[in-house]
Amino acid sequence: MIRVNQVSFTYPNGTEALRDVSINIQDGEFLAVMGQNGAGKTTLVKLFNGLLKPSSGEVLVDNVDTKETSVAKLARSVGFVFQNPDSQLFCETVEEEISFALRNFGFDDLKVKKRVTWALNLLGLTEYRATSPFMLSGGERKRVALASVLAWDPKVVVMDEPTIGQDHRQKERLRQFIIQLNSQGKTVVIVTHDVEFVAECAPRIILMSSGRIVADGTGKEILTDPTTLTKASIVVPQITQIFLGLSDLGFPSDVIDLLSAKEIISERLISR
Amino acid sequence: MSFFDGLKFRRVDSAVHLMDPRVKFFYVLAIFVIAILFHELIPLIILFLVQIPLVILARVKREWLRSLRGAAFLATVIFGTNLLFRFIYGGYSLIPSDVEHASAMTLRFLVLVESFSIFFLTTSPDHLGLALEQSHIPYEFCFAFTTAVRFVPVLAEEAQTIMDAQKARGLELEKGNFLKRIRNYIPILIPLIISAIRRSLELAEAMESRAWGAIQKRTNLYVLGLKATDYSMILISSLILVIGVYIRFSISIPSFST
Repeated sequence: MIRVNQVSFTYPNGTEALRDVSINIQDGEFLAVMGQNGAGKTTLVKLFNGLLKPSSGEVLVDNVDTKETSVAKLARSVGFVFQNPDSQLFCETVEEEISFALRNFGFDDLKVKKRVTWALNLLGLTEYRATSPFMLSGGERKRVALASVLAWDPKVVVMDEPTIGQDHRQKERLRQFIIQLNSQGKTVVIVTHDVEFVAECAPRIILMSSGRIVADGTGKEILTDPTTLTKASIVVPQITQIFLGLSDLGFPSDVIDLLSAKEIISERLISR
Repeated sequence: MSFFDGLKFRRVDSAVHLMDPRVKFFYVLAIFVIAILFHELIPLIILFLVQIPLVILARVKREWLRSLRGAAFLATVIFGTNLLFRFIYGGYSLIPSDVEHASAMTLRFLVLVESFSIFFLTTSPDHLGLALEQSHIPYEFCFAFTTAVRFVPVLAEEAQTIMDAQKARGLELEKGNFLKRIRNYIPILIPLIISAIRRSLELAEAMESRAWGAIQKRTNLYVLGLKATDYSMILISSLILVIGVYIRFSISIPSFST
């Protein structure tokens, strides 16, 4: 469980990135942190594994204050996938890349081999085991980065902008994958401004604007509320826009995903 | 990355900022030559203190202090090695003059950092490029140089991100003995170098697509010219140089330990 208590954070150059932020994230929760550029999203999630320590207030990860422990220790339970895979890839083969963190955490050789095989399989990278990560495409590199984090089986997985630079098919696969992870009991936190992606996942959403949390609720509550979304410079998902526009024809206004939209429309058409 | 901050240009409206970069460079060279000429503590202390009014005049005290703090590690290494070799050559014993010598060597390094820091803190990359160009250096080299300077903060930021990413994978930079600690930096250096190469290729393509080098004869919006402050700075630098050389060759320098 991650508890953020009245945290403010100011960067050394004086930028106030977070102002009096408090949230609780339960085990097994699926959370999307949304908001415009510079709203403090990445700063907030970097507190979760101790990369940043709060200027005031406290962050507790499983009741341990992040100020009193190291990133390396926290990382064991909070895995963090960076936005750009190129900021972490450095090994000669994909296999070594994935083993890196496992060795840092002191797994023995046998365990390392096992976990690498497991992670490669999980992300469909088995054929690239002996390939250099630098020879892979952007999407594949992103998957290697993800595999290298999932390999040590952290309780919480934080992903910073996982959908950026991914084509539709990759995004869909990523979505399935995230939902699968979450249903296996992992806490998943994603940072994104991709509304359509979030609408299809329907997690709990935290909306941020200039360092504050402006809304916290379910996908349906937040994404169908144009006034709140506008505050965070986010547009209502397209499906919801249509349904909001059709509300005077008796359509419900709380539809965010394709599947339920399809059901409602076909029901209407049949009953006519 | 605080050391890089100490070299990053800050736009401040001060007399030092408005000076011609060539003049400031002459000043840095003068300080450099004098610092190399002396290996005694007292003149180096004077050389260090003499520069402080300039820092205050340029209103970059905080950044300047930061660059000195960033140099502290290297300064300690210099002090340590000097002391060590004096110790070994002195037949495994130390006398006060050894400590004085090691301090002088450290201070010499700090004087150099100090003057370079003043130069880079008060000279914008554009100004610097302009100065190079007007010194009749081929434009290709000027461009390469200004680009390199401009990318330092970008790379510093990137290095920070990479460090965070590897720490998040359990890398502990401060762990292990000396050799292990150096090896700890491999996971940071490789992504950094690769991204720098990638970035330079991208930059080259962007320049190509904007017809870089199509016009042989370039003109500039601004032309550098010497003003009264520039002349006084040349005078001060020349004085430092002349007085320094004179003292070096005709006055014996007192020391603290004898």
